[in-house]
Amino acid sequence: MNAPPTLASALPPTPAATVLTGTRFTVPGMKCAGCIGKIERELPKIDGITAARVNFSAKRVAIEHASWMDESDLEEALLSIGFEAQRVEDNPMGHDAGERRMLMRALGVAGFGMMNVMLLSVSVWAGAEGSTKELFHWLSAIIAMPVIAYSGRPFFASAWMALKYRRTNMDVPISIGVILATALSLYETITGGEHAYFESAVMLLFFLLAGRALDAMMRDRTRDGIGALLGRMGKSASVIGEDGATTRLEAGDLKPGMLVLVSAGEAMAADGEVEDGSSAIDNAMLTGESAPEQVSPGNTIHAGAINLSSPLRVRLTRTAEDTALAEIARLMDEAGQSRSHYVRIADRASRAYAPAVHTLAALAFVGWMIAGAGWHQSLVIAIAVLIITCPCAMGLAVPTAQVVASGALLKRGLLVKDGSALERLAEVDVAFFDKTGTLTLGEPRPAVHLLDIEARSVALGLSQNSRHPLSKGLTSTLLEAGVQPAEISAVTETAGEGLTGEWNGVSVAIERPHSGAQELAARLRIGGRAQTIIFNDTLRDDAAQTIAHLSAQGITSGIISGDRKEAVEDVAGKLGLPARSSVTPQEKLDALEQVKSEGKHPLMVGDGLNDGPALAAAHASIAPGTASDASQQAADAVFIGRGLMPVALSVDVARATMRVVRQNFGFAIGYNVLAVPLALFGYVTPLIAAIAMSLSSLVVVANSLRLAGAAGKEPEQ
Amino acid sequence: MTGLAFLIPIALGMGAAGLAAFFWAMKSGQYEDMDGAANRILIEEEDEA
Repeated sequence: MNAPPTLASALPPTPAATVLTGTRFTVPGMKCAGCIGKIERELPKIDGITAARVNFSAKRVAIEHASWMDESDLEEALLSIGFEAQRVEDNPMGHDAGERRMLMRALGVAGFGMMNVMLLSVSVWAGAEGSTKELFHWLSAIIAMPVIAYSGRPFFASAWMALKYRRTNMDVPISIGVILATALSLYETITGGEHAYFESAVMLLFFLLAGRALDAMMRDRTRDGIGALLGRMGKSASVIGEDGATTRLEAGDLKPGMLVLVSAGEAMAADGEVEDGSSAIDNAMLTGESAPEQVSPGNTIHAGAINLSSPLRVRLTRTAEDTALAEIARLMDEAGQSRSHYVRIADRASRAYAPAVHTLAALAFVGWMIAGAGWHQSLVIAIAVLIITCPCAMGLAVPTAQVVASGALLKRGLLVKDGSALERLAEVDVAFFDKTGTLTLGEPRPAVHLLDIEARSVALGLSQNSRHPLSKGLTSTLLEAGVQPAEISAVTETAGEGLTGEWNGVSVAIERPHSGAQELAARLRIGGRAQTIIFNDTLRDDAAQTIAHLSAQGITSGIISGDRKEAVEDVAGKLGLPARSSVTPQEKLDALEQVKSEGKHPLMVGDGLNDGPALAAAHASIAPGTASDASQQAADAVFIGRGLMPVALSVDVARATMRVVRQNFGFAIGYNVLAVPLALFGYVTPLIAAIAMSLSSLVVVANSLRLAGAAGKEPEQ
Repeated sequence: MTGLAFLIPIALGMGAAGLAAFFWAMKSGQYEDMDGAANRILIEEEDEA
C-alpha cells in the first residue's frame, strides 16, 4: 500500500497466467545503501519474485511475487541474501500515516492561501484605496474561504468533538477565532468596510498546522505493530500421535498433554516440559539473554524459545492464550492503558487558557456595548481580542521544542518515540534497571587474561570457525586483544559438544566443560592440557558513570532483575545499588505500581520480554536497541550502541526541553499581556495582528532551536 | 490597474502550480522514505540496469 508506483512500472513483462500479489516484510537489518541495492537487485533474481522495493525509513520491503510463493518462501529468500525478515500485517499503521498525510495536505493548502492572501493584503496596507481595495478584499475572500474550510478541518473536527462531550480544548478557541474572523471579514468585504482579517485567519491556521504536522511526524517516526510480539511464537507444531506418526497442528489447535517433536531450528508454539532429548535453546525472545540455555528431560521451555541443536520431545503444559508469552502480552496491554491517561502539557495549558480567552473576549464585547460603541464596533473589538490571543505561539511552543530535542538525542544514539515521552522523561525521579542486556552488554565475554599467548592463539584459530554465541564472544574478544589466530587443520564442529581440530600435530578442542557449574564456561584443550574459560556478561563501560549522572540529577537508581541472586548481587555490589533478584514479570509490574502509588515517577530501563509489562507501566521507559521487539515497542525510547549514557542524557535533554517549553509558554503569555490591551482598546488592525502573530511564532521557533545543542556535549561531563 | 488583470492570475497560477506539485509529490510517495532517498544516491547501478 505504501509502495510507490515505481514498483509497478519496474515490473518486467510477466506471463498473463501468473497472478501477482504483494507482501510486506520488516527487515531490521538494513543499515546502508548497500543493503537497499542488494535487496532490490538480488530478490528479483529469485524465481517467482518480480520486484522488491525498499522503504529505508520504515525498514520495510514490499515484495511483488507470484501467488504460489507464501510467506515462508519469501522469508527464506530474504534470508538467503542475508537478511532476517518478519512479515508485517497489511496496514497496521494506515490510520496514523493517513492522519499525517492529511495534515501535510492541509498545511500545503494553508501555505498556498497564506502567500496569496498576504500578497493582496500587503497592497491594501500599502495604501490601495477605493475600488482596488474592494477588489482585493473580494479576491482575498474567494481564496481564503475554501482554504479555511479545507485546512481548518482538523481543528473544527476536534473542537466539535470536544464541545459535543461538553469539554474544551485548544481547538475550541482556535476554531471560534478563525470562524468569527472569517465571518466578520466577509461582512466587511460585502459592506465595503475598512478592515478584512482573512490573512490573519489563514496565517493562524498555517502556523498551527505546522505545529500539528511536526507532532504527527514525530509520532510516526518509530512505530511497529505490537503483532511483532506474537509473530515470534511458533505458528505450528508436529504432534506425535499414539501410533508414533506426527501430524502438523496450528498453534491454536494445540492442547495441553500433547507430545510434540521440536526439531532443531524450530520455535516452540506452546509451553511444555522436555520428556526426551537434550539440547540448547535460545530464550532471547523471553529473557533478552543471548547465551543459549541447556535443557534436558524435566526442564520447562516456553513458547517463542528456539531449539538450537538437537530434536526434543516436549509434553505441552500450557497452550494458546495460556502461554507465558501470551500472558506477558496481556500484561503489557493492560499496563499500557494507564499511560494513555497522561495529560500532555499543551492540553493542561489549554484547559486554563481557553476559558480565560473566551471570558476576555466576551467582557470586551459587553464593555464596549455598555460604553455605547454599537454592535458592529463592539463585535470587531471582541473578534480582534480572539485573533490576537489565538494560541499561535502556544501551538508551536511544544512541538518545535520536542522535535528539535529529539533530533539532538537521535544524534547521540537515542530514539524518542513521541513528544509525550519527552514530557514524561523529564518528570522521572527514580530509575529501575534490568541487569542482563541493560546494565550489562547482554553478550557473554570470556575472561581471557588467564590464558597464555599460545592458548589464546589456538582458541581464536578454533573459535573463528563457529557461529555458536560463545565462540563468537570468544572470537571478538580475542580479535580486539590483537591475537593472531593459530593455523588449525581439520576443524570439525559437533553441535552441543564443541570444536575439535589439529594444531602442529597436537589435537586441540574447545568443548563443553563437564562440571555442572552454574557459570557459562568452555574448556580449551591443547593436547593433554585443559583450561576452563569462564564467560561473563560484562557491565557496560559507562554504567557507573550513568548511575552517578542520574543521581546528580536527583534520580535514585535500583536494579530489578529476573536473574539469579548471586549474579544480580555481584553487579549491584559493583555499582552500589539496591537490588531485587529472581523477580517475575508480574512482580516487576507490582514493584512499579507500588512506587507509583507513593507518588513517584519511575523510569524503567530494560530489554527482555519479561520487562515488557514493567516498561509499559512505568512513567517513562527506555530499552536498548538489542531488546526484544516487544520491549522496544513498549518503551518510550530506544538507545543504540554499547554505552548506557544515552539514558542519563535523555533525562537531561527532556528536562532542558521542558524548560524551553515553559519559556515558550511564558513568552506566549507575556506577548498576550502586551497585545491584549491593544486589542481591548480597539487599536488592533489586520497589519498589527499579522506582525504580532508572525513575530511571536518566530521567537518561539528560535527559542526552541537552542535545544539543538542540548545533547551535544560530551557524556563525560 | 490593467496590469493587475495579468499579474494577479499569474501570481495565483504560480501558487496553484506549486501546490499541485506538492500534492503530486505526496501522492507519488516521495515523502514516504526520506532516509532511503538519501542513501539511494550511493547505490551503484549495474550495467544491465
